[in-house]
Amino acid sequence: MKDVSFGQYYPVDSFVHRLDPRLKLLFLIAYIVAIFLASNFYGLAVCAGVLVFIVAFARIPIGKVLRAVKGVVFLVVFTAALNILFYNGETVYAEWGIISITKEGLIFSAFLALRLALLVVCSSLLTYTTTPVALTDGVESLLTPLKWIRFPVHALALVMSIALRFIPVLIDETERIKNAQKARGADFESGNLFKRIRAMVPILVPLLLSAFRRAEELGDAMEARCYTGSNQRTKYKKLRFGWRDLIAFLVGAALITGVVLMKIYLPAPY
Amino acid sequence: MRIVAEHLSYVYNPKSPFETAALKDVSLTIEEGEFFGIIGHTGSGKSTFVQHLNGLIRLPSSLRRYKKKKPKKGEIPPPETVLRVGEFDLTDKKTDFRALRKSVGMVFQYPEYQLFAETVRDDVAFGLKNFSAEKLSDEQIDAAVRAALEVVGLDYGEMKDKSPFDLSGGQKRRVAIAGVIVTRPEVLVLDEPAAGLDPLGKKEVMELLHKLHREWCKTVVVVSHDMDEISENCTKAAVFSEGSVRYVLPPKELFRHADELTALGLDVPLTAKLCTALAKRGVEIDCDFTTEDFIGKVLAYWAAHGGRKGDNA
Repeated sequence: MKDVSFGQYYPVDSFVHRLDPRLKLLFLIAYIVAIFLASNFYGLAVCAGVLVFIVAFARIPIGKVLRAVKGVVFLVVFTAALNILFYNGETVYAEWGIISITKEGLIFSAFLALRLALLVVCSSLLTYTTTPVALTDGVESLLTPLKWIRFPVHALALVMSIALRFIPVLIDETERIKNAQKARGADFESGNLFKRIRAMVPILVPLLLSAFRRAEELGDAMEARCYTGSNQRTKYKKLRFGWRDLIAFLVGAALITGVVLMKIYLPAPY
Repeated sequence: MRIVAEHLSYVYNPKSPFETAALKDVSLTIEEGEFFGIIGHTGSGKSTFVQHLNGLIRLPSSLRRYKKKKPKKGEIPPPETVLRVGEFDLTDKKTDFRALRKSVGMVFQYPEYQLFAETVRDDVAFGLKNFSAEKLSDEQIDAAVRAALEVVGLDYGEMKDKSPFDLSGGQKRRVAIAGVIVTRPEVLVLDEPAAGLDPLGKKEVMELLHKLHREWCKTVVVVSHDMDEISENCTKAAVFSEGSVRYVLPPKELFRHADELTALGLDVPLTAKLCTALAKRGVEIDCDFTTEDFIGKVLAYWAAHGGRKGDNA
């Protein structure tokens, strides 16, 4: 559990770390659009290439990046397996009833798996390189237009930042309670699924109680400091668009254009 | 059970920006029957050390492999890490950690936050059921739970069917301690057992620990940063600072190093402070730093010097 680093901020100083969080958010959206626009391997190759560049500039160890994928390996394998078995292709390699393995199925599955992997890596890069505070500031700033229709953007951003802030705290807490129960002989590693789920009760009950206790304490502390979440709040750190952001913006724009061009001019299916 | 640690090191999050060395080449022996204190402030490695004692923190695999690897010629082999608790060798992968945890009870900081069951009886019985090889009868469980609750000073009949969440803070902590000692461990390790209690509560907890030391567990290890707690209660104490052990002495001798302890950022007991202040004024009090002994010696000194009050010390 101590190694649950998926999505946790990785504190080094890099080009990517210094980018404006709003831009990183927009870039991520653009990237996801690009991944889904790409209809062949050329397009995905371009996406992957850009990602490799980002990782290189973000100074995040490659093992860390791959670990993000590890979390969804099951999902990727599962969807790939389903697609291999049920995709209706023309070049059939093997067939049992409605299940068939075809060349097109294999290619399509590989395509889909790659797409998912890129998606996960790119989104985890955002959280690796952006502090939760910067991220919420970015979200709040991007959602500003919603304030016109009286949507509580600030409250939403606050909820988000508190949730993000408490992930490591609750992970620590889980670890502590787990150790305490292990010291009392609790066994979380053996037995069938049902037994293991039952074994979680001694962790979940104290964890839930502690989460509520923390929430209450936090609420009290905020009220004691007269927090009302009014619109007149100023920001300690103002977000600013710099030269780095311009470069990143251009890269993003080029990526989408590139993928769209490839969709039009290289219409080879996969 | 004798606890022996030699050249024990531990690093959290190795090879990452979060890397921190929690223990650096720690060697420490705790004899059977001791009421052992472990002192140090936050981040000194004391909690990391005690979590080794029942295998909650395991030695990193590279360390465990040292044993098999033969050093090349001319190369000085790294000092062999030793960690033994009684007959359990914790450097061995095949150690029966279940049996180890049964004989080394561990009470964490704020143990009341690990209560979970619907009734006090079920919560205290949790460890008992986990550790016993065969299914226990209700009578056996009742008897063990009753004994554990009574030794921590709670009434079994009144408590057993209550929800642990309806109790007061002090009662919750007692129930939590009962839930650990119910299996009658030979070594009892407690991490800041008196944290967050008022002075009377602290005193009661320490009295409880003495009672446990006399009647239930041969060895008691207490982690604390309250020097008065250590000086009043322990037979021996180790001082941790920045991951290494600085002193292992009985409190009587330890607190003679008042200046060195202060330099390490640690407090000394009130009695030691008073001794230092008195010594500056030429009054040498030679005491073992418990309040009782200190007062006795001061009164004796006063009587011997004709009740002279002139030094307004």
